[in-house]
Amino acid sequence: MLPEVIAGNSDALAVDQQVPGAIVDAVMAVDEPQIYIDSAQIVPVCRHLKEAGFVRLAGITGVDWWPRSPRFEVIYLLQSLHDKRRLRLAVRTGEGQEIDSVTSVWRGANWYERETFDLFGVVFRKHPNLERIMMPADWEGHPLRKDYPVHGHKYSYRDE
Amino acid sequence: MREGYDHVASLDAEHELAIEDPSGLEYKGSQPGSGRRMTLNMGPQHPSTHGVLRVVLELDGETILSARPEIGYLHTGIEKQCEAKKYQQVVPLTDRVDYLANLNNNLCYALAVEKLLGLEIPEMAQWMRVLLCELTRVASHLIWLGTHALDIGAMTVYFYCFREREEILKIFEMFSGQRMMTSYIRPGGLALEPPRGWHKAITRVVERLQSGVDEYQELLAGNPIWVNRTKGVGMLPVDIMIDLGVTGPMLRAAGVNIDARKDSPHSSYDKFQFDVPTRTANDVYARFEVRMEEMRQSIRMVRQALDGMPSGPWHADAPHILLPDREKMKTQMEALIYHFKIVTEGYRVPAGSVYQVVESPRGELGYYVVSDGTANPHRVFMRTPSFGNLQSLGAMLEGVLIADSIAVMGSMDFVLGDVDR
Repeated sequence: MLPEVIAGNSDALAVDQQVPGAIVDAVMAVDEPQIYIDSAQIVPVCRHLKEAGFVRLAGITGVDWWPRSPRFEVIYLLQSLHDKRRLRLAVRTGEGQEIDSVTSVWRGANWYERETFDLFGVVFRKHPNLERIMMPADWEGHPLRKDYPVHGHKYSYRDE
Repeated sequence: MREGYDHVASLDAEHELAIEDPSGLEYKGSQPGSGRRMTLNMGPQHPSTHGVLRVVLELDGETILSARPEIGYLHTGIEKQCEAKKYQQVVPLTDRVDYLANLNNNLCYALAVEKLLGLEIPEMAQWMRVLLCELTRVASHLIWLGTHALDIGAMTVYFYCFREREEILKIFEMFSGQRMMTSYIRPGGLALEPPRGWHKAITRVVERLQSGVDEYQELLAGNPIWVNRTKGVGMLPVDIMIDLGVTGPMLRAAGVNIDARKDSPHSSYDKFQFDVPTRTANDVYARFEVRMEEMRQSIRMVRQALDGMPSGPWHADAPHILLPDREKMKTQMEALIYHFKIVTEGYRVPAGSVYQVVESPRGELGYYVVSDGTANPHRVFMRTPSFGNLQSLGAMLEGVLIADSIAVMGSMDFVLGDVDR
């Protein structure tokens, strides 16, 4: 049973038919729905959507809802090149959990997943090269987490 | 072996004979295919990277076997800073993401916040935004053309391009008081009333740009060195480019008609007549042609905006969002209160999330803004075109010569501030 906000959405219907039970929730963001996918099903869903025309992955990013649990949302921004329509997927995940990498579906997911790992600490399983991309390799912590301070992480001038 | 280098080869042959030794460790020179590999760090400080990009090249002679771009040298944590700022304080940060296309960044952020607020922007402000964004596109493409030509060896174009760009920057200064970090487009409309005499000033610049673009096209397109260095260089199958997240002029030069101004209309772009230039050759020269044509189309749109600029207010009727002007603030009680409230506590934005796209000079620029109902954005993700485009560098440089890598990087037109944020 699909959530009400996407009941008439043809893409969501097709996903539900191909990968039953993958859609766990959906919210109506301002102008387009954000569809929540079961974290175990993200690769089959993405593979199906790519075959259905969403050949472009515009980006992957994260949102930290700390102290809510599970704290992270990983956002996938897709676009179809036929009619240029967009689709936004999201996966909820907690600290210490892993999500399957979608690099096997879109090669371009590589850097976006590295960035999400670097800045949020979300681990992507089966990623070919999951290293830090923005921060130095020996950096401690993940800067975009909400419990990471904006000022003075390690080298604080205020303590002196 | 190239013509005229035969004597070098013969010297090499003699040299090889001289150092042959019985140990079996034979010197084979550095010709391609000799099996001697070399790892070369191009950057982080290299003039052709236009910023701080490090590319680790694996070389066989002069041929690149693999290229690995290393980014992050310019990472300044802008997205993290956004979360600590109020909505109106984020605008100056967006200037600094892509410092050659600051107004497009302002526009994208402003549109995202306006969408969350459900704010209608008056037509005059929308048209003014289009006009300024298209001027930004021309200014950005002029920088690309100048530096790209300089990398390949044509120095004169660089000076011409910067001369013309300066005229555009003077317009921005006239509007906002700043040449580059304008922060002129803000949620709710524009930052200031358009200055007196703007119409005349822009008309004068546009005349000059039009003849300038034709001149540069002639300077380069008929130049045999330019054509030899750019034609048939830097090709990549189009499906791989899409897969790797390439957008903008690079993808249009590969024959894909994709342009956010047409595909997801915003800011009255649907009221303008313009073409999206595409080519199918998919090499450095095709990207040059596409960007030159884009400059002409932008000039065309600027002319349309000059002719048809609607009259009316330059900001939305939203005093709780846009700062009042100084005169009102000093004479009206309400204006003073709004000013105080915006500066001290900002404005609350309804909870929700929005992904807003505009077409930056480099490709699809998207802002994913998440609001939790407070006066600070919960998350601002910048989907920057340079990041996606640069990801294809490794695939594009495989098997090309080092000298061509400079042409390829120039044709990508990335801005490292845009990549690293």
